[in-house]
Amino acid sequence: MYGMSLLRNIGIHLMYVLVSVTFGFILGLTLGILLSRAPKYSKIILPILSVFNTIPGIVFIGILFLYLGMVPMTVIIALSIYAMFPILKNTYVGITNVEQRYVEAARGCGMSNRQILFRVELPLAMPTIIGGLRMATIYTVSWTVLAAMIGLGGLGEFIYQGININRNDMILLGAIPAAVLAILLGVLIDLLQRKVTPRGIRKEEKSR
Amino acid sequence: MSFDLVLEHLMMVIASVLCSIVVGLPLGIASYYFPRARKSILFISDVLQTVPSLALLGIIMIFVGAGKATVIIGITLYSLLPIVRNTYLGLSEVDPGVKEAARGMGMSRMYRLFRVELPLAFPVMFTGIRIATVNAIGTIVFAASVGGGGLGSIIYKGIRVMNVKWIALGTLSLMLMAILFDVVMGIIEKRLNQKFSGPSVREVAE
Repeated sequence: MYGMSLLRNIGIHLMYVLVSVTFGFILGLTLGILLSRAPKYSKIILPILSVFNTIPGIVFIGILFLYLGMVPMTVIIALSIYAMFPILKNTYVGITNVEQRYVEAARGCGMSNRQILFRVELPLAMPTIIGGLRMATIYTVSWTVLAAMIGLGGLGEFIYQGININRNDMILLGAIPAAVLAILLGVLIDLLQRKVTPRGIRKEEKSR
Repeated sequence: MSFDLVLEHLMMVIASVLCSIVVGLPLGIASYYFPRARKSILFISDVLQTVPSLALLGIIMIFVGAGKATVIIGITLYSLLPIVRNTYLGLSEVDPGVKEAARGMGMSRMYRLFRVELPLAFPVMFTGIRIATVNAIGTIVFAASVGGGGLGSIIYKGIRVMNVKWIALGTLSLMLMAILFDVVMGIIEKRLNQKFSGPSVREVAE
């Protein structure tokens, strides 16, 4: 009897995750690239960002909720910001960890700065960036559960209701699909990560 | 008033990280000694961390009931991955030459583990413990929804009655706690690394 609403809530949950991770990815990637071009500023900006990263997602949602009200935008903005952090950090780390000799070799081949970025640095950093994407996605699935706290649906709806009225089957109805969703997305991104790893460095990868 | 909450939060963090160390250390050592078990141990701890925290807490609550026990079990499982992984990493990165030397001196396997390998792996293991602790501080916010209290409860309450001051108070104490632990444990980590100058510490993509 919960069939329809289960499907609907899985859909809503997935929608929140996909939309906010997409925004977070675009933002994080762009800012990460920009920061990697300006290492001077990033020494100041990165620690500030990691301080913000310690704010739990619920606070973002809660505070935006007070200002924007009970609209899906609240959840999407909050989760996009949250999803941005790991992607930004990993983009920056990935690019700055590219060995300097490759960059120099590329420059010696006559590549322009832009070519070096898109043809050398980004491809080499891609496995790390996708690692950040994985973290962001899994966090987002987790924090999207909170959308239900401000009455915006998703799988958290069952979990919260189940906890409130003390119904174990309802908790499981929300918890199990949420868990499966997170694991599935994690596996998908692992596959993606293998795919984007440049052939030359594929063998080295030991433990992410 | 909110100091009690801070203390409550802190106690839950410490309890679950301690439990996590007690469970995770043997698992990390096991995955070092038994390559066959390694894959499944790392996979399971990875899955445990992937499961949304509130879902995990909800499922545990069904068996244990609402309260602190649920939170501590949940966060213990949740914090396993960094501890298990770094114990394994630390042990496998011990210089093979040192291991050979220990064996050459006639040390038994256990003796080598406790006298040579574990001490040398300790800085890397400590990084895992730091990551687990900082994560746990944030995740225990969820405790409030399964009746565990802590700083999450003041944030939840603030959201429910639309009181920004409570939200800010809860968040700031949370951030302070996370930063404090991160910085202090980071300093200890650096000291350890200088002392042992052993395997390099890595935490790039966690």
